[in-house]
Formats: sequence, structure tokens, C-alpha cells
Amino acid sequence: MSRTHVTCTINGDEVEFLAFDGQTLLDALRDEVQLIGVKEGCSTGDCGACSVILDDMLTCSCLVFAPEVEGRSLTTVEGLAEGDQLHPLQQSFLEGAALQCGICTPGFLVAAKSLLDKNPDPTEEEVRYAVAGNLCRCTGYDKIVRSILSAAADIRETM
Amino acid sequence: MTTTQPEYKWVGTRPVRHDGLDKVTGRARYGADLALPGMLVGVVVRSPHPHANIVSIDTSRAELIDGVKAIVVGADFPVIGHDDSADAGEGVVDYRDLSRNVIARDKVLYEGHPVAAIAATSSTAARMAAEAIEIQYETLPYVLTVDEAMAENAPILHDDLITKGVSTSMGETNIASRELHEGGDLDAGFAQADVVVEREFTTKAVHQGYIEPHAVVADTGEDGRSVVWCSSQGHFLVRTQTAKVLGWEPSQIKVIPAEIGGGFGGKTTIYLEPLAVMLSAKAGRPVKLVMSRDEVFRASGPTSATRIRVKIGADKDGKITAAQAWLAYTAGAFKGSPVGPGCDCILTPYVIENFLIEGYDVVTNTAKVTAYRAPGAPMAAFASETVLDEIADELGIDPIDLRLRNAVKEGARAVYGPKFRRVGFIETLEAIKDHPHYKTPLGPNQGRGIASGFWFNGGLESSATVNINEDGTAVVVTGSPDIGGSRAAMAQMAAEELGIDVYRIRPVVADTESVGFTDVTGGSRVTFATGMAVVEACRKVVGLLSERAAKVWGVDQSEVEWVDGQAQHVLGAHSPLTIEEIADGAADTGGPVTASAAVNARGVGMAFSTQLCDVEVDTETGAVKILRYTTAQDAGRAIHPSYVEGQMQGGVAQGIGWALNEEYIYNNDGVMENPGFLDYRIPVASDLPMIDTVIVEVPNPNHPYGVRGVGEVGIVPPMAAVANAISDATGKRITDLPMSPTRIVKALMDNED
Amino acid sequence: MKYAAPVTVEEAQHLLASDEEAQVFAGATDLIPQIRAGRKQPPLTVDLKRIPRLVNMRVEGNTWVIGAAVSAAQLSSNPDLAVDFPGMTEAAALIGSDQIQSRATLGGNLCNASPAADTVPAMIVNGAVGVIATSEGTRMVPVSDIAIGPGSTCLAPGEFLLELLVERPPLRTADAYLRFIPRTEMDIAVVGAAARVTLAEDGVVESSRIAIGAVAPTVLRVDEAEAALAGRVIDDDLLDEIATAASERGSPITDKRGTADFRRHVVGVLTKRVVAAAAQRAGGSQ
Ligand SMILES: Cc1cc2nc3c(=O)[nH]c(=O)nc-3n(C[C@H](O)[C@H](O)[C@H](O)COP(=O)(O)OP(=O)(O)OC[C@H]3O[C@@H](n4cnc5c(N)ncnc54)[C@H](O)[C@@H]3O)c2cc1C
Ligand code: FES
Ligand code: FES
Repeated sequence: MSRTHVTCTINGDEVEFLAFDGQTLLDALRDEVQLIGVKEGCSTGDCGACSVILDDMLTCSCLVFAPEVEGRSLTTVEGLAEGDQLHPLQQSFLEGAALQCGICTPGFLVAAKSLLDKNPDPTEEEVRYAVAGNLCRCTGYDKIVRSILSAAADIRETM
Repeated sequence: MTTTQPEYKWVGTRPVRHDGLDKVTGRARYGADLALPGMLVGVVVRSPHPHANIVSIDTSRAELIDGVKAIVVGADFPVIGHDDSADAGEGVVDYRDLSRNVIARDKVLYEGHPVAAIAATSSTAARMAAEAIEIQYETLPYVLTVDEAMAENAPILHDDLITKGVSTSMGETNIASRELHEGGDLDAGFAQADVVVEREFTTKAVHQGYIEPHAVVADTGEDGRSVVWCSSQGHFLVRTQTAKVLGWEPSQIKVIPAEIGGGFGGKTTIYLEPLAVMLSAKAGRPVKLVMSRDEVFRASGPTSATRIRVKIGADKDGKITAAQAWLAYTAGAFKGSPVGPGCDCILTPYVIENFLIEGYDVVTNTAKVTAYRAPGAPMAAFASETVLDEIADELGIDPIDLRLRNAVKEGARAVYGPKFRRVGFIETLEAIKDHPHYKTPLGPNQGRGIASGFWFNGGLESSATVNINEDGTAVVVTGSPDIGGSRAAMAQMAAEELGIDVYRIRPVVADTESVGFTDVTGGSRVTFATGMAVVEACRKVVGLLSERAAKVWGVDQSEVEWVDGQAQHVLGAHSPLTIEEIADGAADTGGPVTASAAVNARGVGMAFSTQLCDVEVDTETGAVKILRYTTAQDAGRAIHPSYVEGQMQGGVAQGIGWALNEEYIYNNDGVMENPGFLDYRIPVASDLPMIDTVIVEVPNPNHPYGVRGVGEVGIVPPMAAVANAISDATGKRITDLPMSPTRIVKALMDNED
Repeated sequence: MKYAAPVTVEEAQHLLASDEEAQVFAGATDLIPQIRAGRKQPPLTVDLKRIPRLVNMRVEGNTWVIGAAVSAAQLSSNPDLAVDFPGMTEAAALIGSDQIQSRATLGGNLCNASPAADTVPAMIVNGAVGVIATSEGTRMVPVSDIAIGPGSTCLAPGEFLLELLVERPPLRTADAYLRFIPRTEMDIAVVGAAARVTLAEDGVVESSRIAIGAVAPTVLRVDEAEAALAGRVIDDDLLDEIATAASERGSPITDKRGTADFRRHVVGVLTKRVVAAAAQRAGGSQ
């Protein structure tokens, strides 16, 4: 089986990996780049656990062929914190108990970051629709939505 | 809504959970996140038919494919007798059935039933091999529903099945057991009634829907021992069951718990583990098996589809005079539906003198059902709580008042036998009645419904070890996988006992060789039972710490008190010794300070929930919008209120999905049509409002902190609450789940005719 | 399964000519799930997103030229397009989640040829035309003729869609799109309905186009309803009339997403709602 050499930027670092034919970005991130924070819940675009930001656009990495990211830039959950400094969303998820099992958390954090980067002051409804592509079976979404709203307020305050 | 209680420093607060950081940074390792050197990947070959004899399996072509290292089929596993069974915490497990569910032998019993498994160097090679295995089936007629399975001359799944709970043999049957609860005089009871309502209900199979698919890595060595890494609700259970299916001793297997991405009961059994161990043994390399979402739906989990009839009579004051219920639940391919708890829970919130409850456990050609949050109770409550609503309607009594009039309290006898100790049902009803939500006005096409629910909660076996580190911090070791913040609760109780800061405690979930036996995380039992073990171990540690202080001071231990994390002399004769000081000097006073405790917890606190729901119905399209939702639940004592609220909200959200959209859909070949999240529709964020919670605290007198379980009862009332709200909005009683737009439009159109 | 990302139309054509079974894709939001489900196994996948012409959208003269690989997100965030075609914009904004919309394309939505595709009824009522790259050059086919049945299009092997052309709407004209799904997001349309209405100055309907989805193997125009609307002022009776026409037009099936009866009923409901919405927009209020 042949492999394709891919060079891209992940969380600010240049990364190279070899992708198998037909391999999705999700599988490549997990198996070749060892970024296990990107989760697989369905591999068909339905759950959002695999969400990454690809050149400023929120994307399901399970619906991208790995070679497509050649020369492009990616953010995963591993890239949210700056050193020891958690992203305000990470902090508010912790304080707001927005995770129970936590398997959906990386996807929600990435989706919420994508939202707040574009819309720093979303309404509850906007938040709910912005994360509608992310499934959580544990929380009923209440604490997730509250935590996103409170992180948005925190970010606005520090700006 | 708290009654006066002792003040605690940590219990009842909301610390950031200890495992949280790893989970928000992506570092936490779940079932599928382990990779070992030389690891092979596997696939499972599954039956395309719902019912068929396996005529032959030929793996010879598959074995020749490059990269294929091992193939296993049913014949590779030992034959186990029916008499080998055990109580696994969420019901009795028959190991013969379990083994045949893990991999089929002579017959496949549902679409998705494993027939073979392959380990190869790449998933491509494994998939090619899967296609190259030649399996000849002789298809058989099949049954998918209780109606089909109980019909005369129905196709039979197991020719050796005998109905338990009946005196005369029924011949070949798909009915695995009959349950019966009887009391008083039914006819006399109904004769006293001023109103009698009788309705029939159906519910579809629904899945737990955890976001993390089942996954396992097994590494079997030449010494005949295997290390199994997987996410489950109980790694000791995984060890026992895997050993049984393999015909091994449990001590040959070490199970290391991964973080678990949701379970809701569905991970209280095994599927992949014996296959992975066997493949690894054959290949001599570690093997990883991960289910696809499709496999999760087809071959794991769902809970029963049901048909339920309920008849309730009440006098004009709303007193229930008699009640009768008939319940039939699909078990899937092997016996063991939760019809038992369904019968136990259906009328339990109420004092009823005259009753007859009859239940049937029915095998069908569908995936074997697995526990799902308060197994068996939600569908039963859907039936009984909507009938009660109709009675309240007919009598013109407020539905909360109707329930208050009949509600059980301490001393009342439950229909299934035991007497209630102190319970908080009435308090949950009053909490909803007093809530501002109950009084807000509704607009056109809007409706409001309430419903209540009961769940026993579980006790069972738990172990805990508490180690004091040299620096005076503590490690709390348990064997209970943490699916919703239980580690934080353990640390809080330990902090309370040891008198130290909660962040100076590290709660960990240890493997099967590093902590004593512990039953599953299920039955809402962890904070209760494992919590008891933790408290007991902490008290032993406090005893040891006091003893050490006594030694340092050269006094009798009775002169030492443990206060706020330090030893104090009762008369103040010595200056206090902190836990840090004692830990630091432990080598001179007798070595490390550590203690373990184990419990088989008794005295569970039963749980009740009452819920209030507002909906708006688009009468032209049948779309139902949940406008507002409030849930009140007796937690006994909320150790970490945020996670108690989380459990309550999560249960409600799942119940709303069950009420409105979730269902297994089969095609004409008995094949599941919607095995993905696009068409198996669990609620998304934009489907739901905030879910308001009222934590009622009626402490459980049998737990050191008053804990009752909180994980399950929240899913019991929602379907009835939503149905009652829809009825209020439209005047139509929907008796079949899900109450999908199709059903609602149909009900409304029938109106016009 | 090989992957290629040509940067010119010619290069793409070359690749497609090299292998009969090669498959083009844009967002892959249909293709990857189909591969996963074992329904497709193309030996070569040709990514169209690196060809500038396909990812570009602009107005040329009086015509919108929308690259076939323009994403739904790109489309629905274009403020000028939203002024001209609020309905087409809302259809694009309904596809899947934000994650899906950053990848899903108009071309993919059309060429996947699902009867439930959300943007197709909206394109059809606006008279959109597809520009197809052929071995000889290009050919133009109305969008309504591109999908010919579930999963199949009129495209010959080696051909692919380059762009979509949509005339800017005349005065007092607006479109709208509505679909029915059981949840609020993340569902495939059980039924969909699009309308475009042009009003005369006095408020009567001058002309209209109505298209309904997921009630037949391909998207259908509802000619009877269009005829009924012509020259009349929209009122409740007229809306009921066109609802009936729409309900009778389709030949829906029962499947996992809904029953035939339900589809027949709800397509009528949506048709009257969508016509009312388009007419209101055409009358000047959004
Ligand atoms: C979770 C989820 C939710 C979804 N929700 C919706 C929804 O709400 N509404 C809806 O309509 N759809 C929905 N879809 C389906 C899908 O996203 C859309 O159909 C999308 O528009 C397809 O575009 P694409 O670029 O991703 O197509 P691709 O997958 O790239 O291609 C689809 C098909 O079209 C062909 N094709 C693509 N581009 C061209 C071209 N330029 N010329 C010729 N052939 C071409 C491909 O060969 C392939 O056969 C959903 C999908 C997912 C996974
Ligand atoms: S794994 Fe990609 S959306 Fe579920
Ligand atoms: S926290 Fe478990 S799925 Fe969201």
C-alpha cells in the first residue's frame, strides 16, 4: 500500500506524516500524529467528537481525507491551552461541570472556540445551534451551554 | 429545598474534578486511545441475518491474505453449561448465553451477531479477510417484537428454553419467564372505583447512545496471562466474564480500566474482550478491537421494546382503589429483559391495596438487551403515569394532588414486597408544586405535563484503599470506573473524613490487581456503596494517624482527637501534630499509613423524581418543541451538587429523546435500518431548553453522609411527562413511543374524521 | 484508494480519463460516509477544491456564477447572495451542522442526487443552470435535469460540474425554502419545499415557481400550484388550494424518515408556508 507524505501546521507546529491511501484526517491525527484528543464517535460526521478547526473553519476530521490538509493549518483540542494557561473555555468547562464522561468534550471545546472566534457575544440560541453538530449523551447540554456563555463573557471582559 | 443538616466543609461543595484537566486538554485516555508496539487491529465478522443456522465457516482463503495473523470462530471457545450463572450487579448473567452472545456457535440469533474475528497488521487486510471468510447460512423465520414472539406457532429461538415462573410447561416457547405480584382483591378494588382507565402502550427498542464505542486492547503473553485494557462500567466484571467465556481463571487476566466515554448501563457486559484475548493468544501480539458506530447499534446495548397494558381505578377523591398491569418486554436473543424491575417499579410510588402485575420476558431476534439507566422502569412509568394523568383529568383533580393523595412514605409497603424506609417522594411532588414553573401561563398549542418515577438504587460490593503519602497528601484508590464525576465525590468524602483540602487528595480508579473486588458502576451505587468503603477506609486511616500521634507523644490513643487534619491532645498537653508531620515521621512510628475497607453495602436509599414539562405542538406538522423543563429529585445528600444536577439533566435529556424520536427501525429482512446518529435521533443541543433542577435532600439514614443514588431515576418520568404535556396541548393521548411527528399528525388527523 | 488534487480543469479531466471508476469529490460529506458503508470504493478520488474556478463565486453582468465546490458556509455567509436569494441561502445554511457546512458544496449536494438534498429545490425555483465540463469543452444543463434518480445524474463518465449560473431575480421577486425534520438540526429532510414568487405592483402574483423535495425520486415542480397562483392575491383559501396541489403532486415512499402519508400531508403544509414566506419577502418585508 502506498503512502502519501503530508506536511501541515498543527497547533502552530509544522508536522509531517505519512498517510495511507483513503485514510481520513481523523485516523491520521490519532494513529500517525498521536493526537488522541481528537475522538471518534461515529466516523460519519454525525457526532462532532472529531471536530478540528481547519484553516479557520470548524470541520469533522472524519470527513476529510488526510492528504487534503497538505499545506494547511489545523487546531485541535491539544492546541487550545497556551502552555500552562488553559483557554477560558477549558477553564469554564471545568468550573461549570460541563463534562461528565468527557468523551465529547474535545469536540465541544473546539466547536465553541470556533464560534467565539467569530461571534464573541452569542445568545443561548446561537450557542445551541453552533454546537448542534456535537452530540453529548451525558449532560443534557445545559452545563455545556452555560459554560460556553460564561467563557464568552470572560473573554469579552479581558479584551 | 434543604432540611437542616450538619455543616460540612467539602461535602455539598463544587470543587473542580480531579480528572477534569486531562479531559479538557485531550490527554485523558479512553478505550480506543491505547497503542502498543506490534499491535494488530481486528474486525468482527457479523451475521447479516436475524435468524439462521450456521452451516459452515471456511476461513482458509482469509488466512492466506497478507497481514492476517489470527482468525477465531465460535468453535475456538469452550462450551459452557446453562447452570453456570451469577449475579452481575445489573441482573443475573447466564454464562452460556453470554458466551454465545460474544460469538455465535451453531446459530445466529440477530443481525450483527458475531461469527468470527480477525486480527491483522492493518485494518484494510482485516477487512479483506472478513470478506474472504466463507460462511454458509440456512436462514430461518424470525421474530422482532413481543407480539411476533408470543404468537402461536412463532419461530422459536432456543428449543431448550423453559419458562420460569409458571407451573405447567408451555412447550416450545420464546417466553423466558413470567413475573407476578398480587395483593388484595382486584375485583373489589375496581368495584369501589368511580373512574377506571385502561390503556395499552407500546415502546420501541432504544439505545444507551454513549458517544464512545466499545473498544479493547488485549495483550496475551506466552505464560497464559492476558492484560486487557478497556473502558467499561466494571473492570472486575470484565475480568470475571472474559475468564468465563474463555474457560480461564479470573486471575489469569488483569483488566486495566481506561477512561469511559459513557455507559448508562450498556457497558455492564462484555462483547469484544474474549475475542481480543483469544486473537492475541493466537497471534502472539497485542490486538485492538474497536466497534464502529454501526456495530454499536446493531450488536450492543439496546433496552427492550415493550407492550404494556395498565388499568387503574380511583374513587372520586382520587384515591387509587385498584391497579392492574400486564407487561411484555423483548430480551433480544437471550433471556434477561428488565421486565422484573419494570413490574417492581410500575406502581411503586403509590399506596395500592388491590393489584395484579404480570410480566413476561420474551426472547426475540434482536440484539441482546443490556441495562439502560433504571432498566425496565421508564417504559413502565410511561404507561402508568399517563393513565394516572388521565384519571386526574377525568376527576378534575390537579395531577400533583392526585399523586400526593396516593404517595408512599415511610412504613408503606411497596407492591413488590419491602417496606419503605424514609423516602422523599412527597418532597419531590411538593417541590414541583411550589416551583414558579408550575404557575406560569401557557400559550396556544402549548401544554404542560407532570410525571413521577421510582428507582431502587443499588448496593453491592466495593473496596477502597487510602494511602497517606510522605507529604501528607492522600491517594484514594477504588475499583469503580468514573463515568460522571464520582472521583470528585470520593475525594470530597475523604477530605471531610481526613480533614484535609480536597485538592490534597488524589482519587484514582485502579486495575483489578491493585484494589479489592468492586462491582460495576451501575445501579446508582458508586457514591453510596464505594463511598461507604472510602469513608470506612478513611476512618481506619484516621485511627492509624491518631495512634501514631499517641506514640510520638507517649500517651494513650484515647487522649488523641483528630480535628481538621491534625492530631490534638484532648487536654492540650501537646501541640498538635499535622497530617504532614505524622506522614513525614511515619517511618519512625510504624511505617507507611495505609488502610483498606470493603463493604457489601446494605441500606440503599430509594430514589424518586417528579418532573414538569411544557411543550408546544405544531399541529400541522406534528413537531413538538420542549419549551421548559423542571426536574425535582431526592438525592439524599448531594456530595457534589453540580454532578448531581448533571445526572438529573442527562437522564431527562435521554428521556426526551426516547419520548420523541429515538427508536430502532427494522426493514423487512429484520435488519436495522438506522444504525447511525443521523437517523437514530438523540437530542441535539438546539432541541432542548435549559433543564432546571431542584435537588431535594432527604438523607438516607444508612449512609454516613446521607447519600442516595442519583444516576438513574431521572430517566423514569420524562416520557410520561412529555406525553401528558402533548395531551394537554392537543387533547390527544399518544400511547406509542416514540411520539414522532408522524404519530402526532396521524393522531390529530384521526380527530378530524 | 488514491487521492489526487488537480489545480486545473484540464488536469482533472486528464485524471478522470485515466480511470473510468475515478470519482470527483468536493466536501466529501456524502462520499466518505458512502465509502464507510461499503457503497462506493473508487480506486481514485479527485479533489476539486484546488481548482480556483470551482471555489469562487461572483456576479458577472446579471448572473451569479457559483463554483461547484463553493462550500455551504461560504455561500450562506455571502451578504449579497442573501439579498438576491434569501431562500437559496437559507437552504445552504440548513445543511447538517456548522462542521458539515464548512465542507458541503452545492455541486456535491446536486450531484449526489439525493431527492432530499436541501439546496436543489431552491436552485430549481431560481432557474439555476449547471455548467458541465466535458471532453469537448462545456455544456449547460438546467439544474432540474441534472439529477435523474436517487444517486444518478445525467453526467457522463469523465464529466463534472464546473459551476452554477443563476440569473439575478427581477423586481418584486423573492425565494424561500423550508424543510421538515424531526429534530431542529442534523437531520435529512423528510420533505422540503422551495418557492419563488414575483408579485405585480398591485400585489397579485405575477409568476411563481414551486419545487418540492423528498416526495419522489427527484425534486418536482408543482405546476398546478404555480398555475393556481398566477394572477391571484394570496389568501388562506388559495394557500389551502396549493397545499392540496403539492400533496397530490408527489409519490412519496415510506422509509425510516417518515411515512408516505406523513410526507404527502406535510409537503402541502410546507408548500403553503413557503409560498407565503416568499410572497411576503417579494412584497418587501423579509
Ligand atoms: C452529518 C451530515 C448531515 C447532512 N445534512 C444534510 C442536510 O441537512 N441537507 C442536505 O441536503 N444534505 C445533508 N448532508 C449531505 C451532504 O452534506 C450534502 O449533500 C453536501 O452538499 C454534499 O456536498 P459535498 O461537497 O460534501 O459532496 P461530496 O461528498 O464531495 O460529493 C457527493 C457526490 O457528488 C459528486 N460530486 C461532487 N462534486 C461534484 C462535481 N463538481 N461534479 C460532479 N460530481 C460531483 C461526487 O462524486 C459524489 O458522488 C449531510 C451529510 C452529513 C454527513
Ligand atoms: S467521529 Fe467525526 S463526526 Fe463523529
Ligand atoms: S460528557 Fe459524556 S458524552 Fe458528553
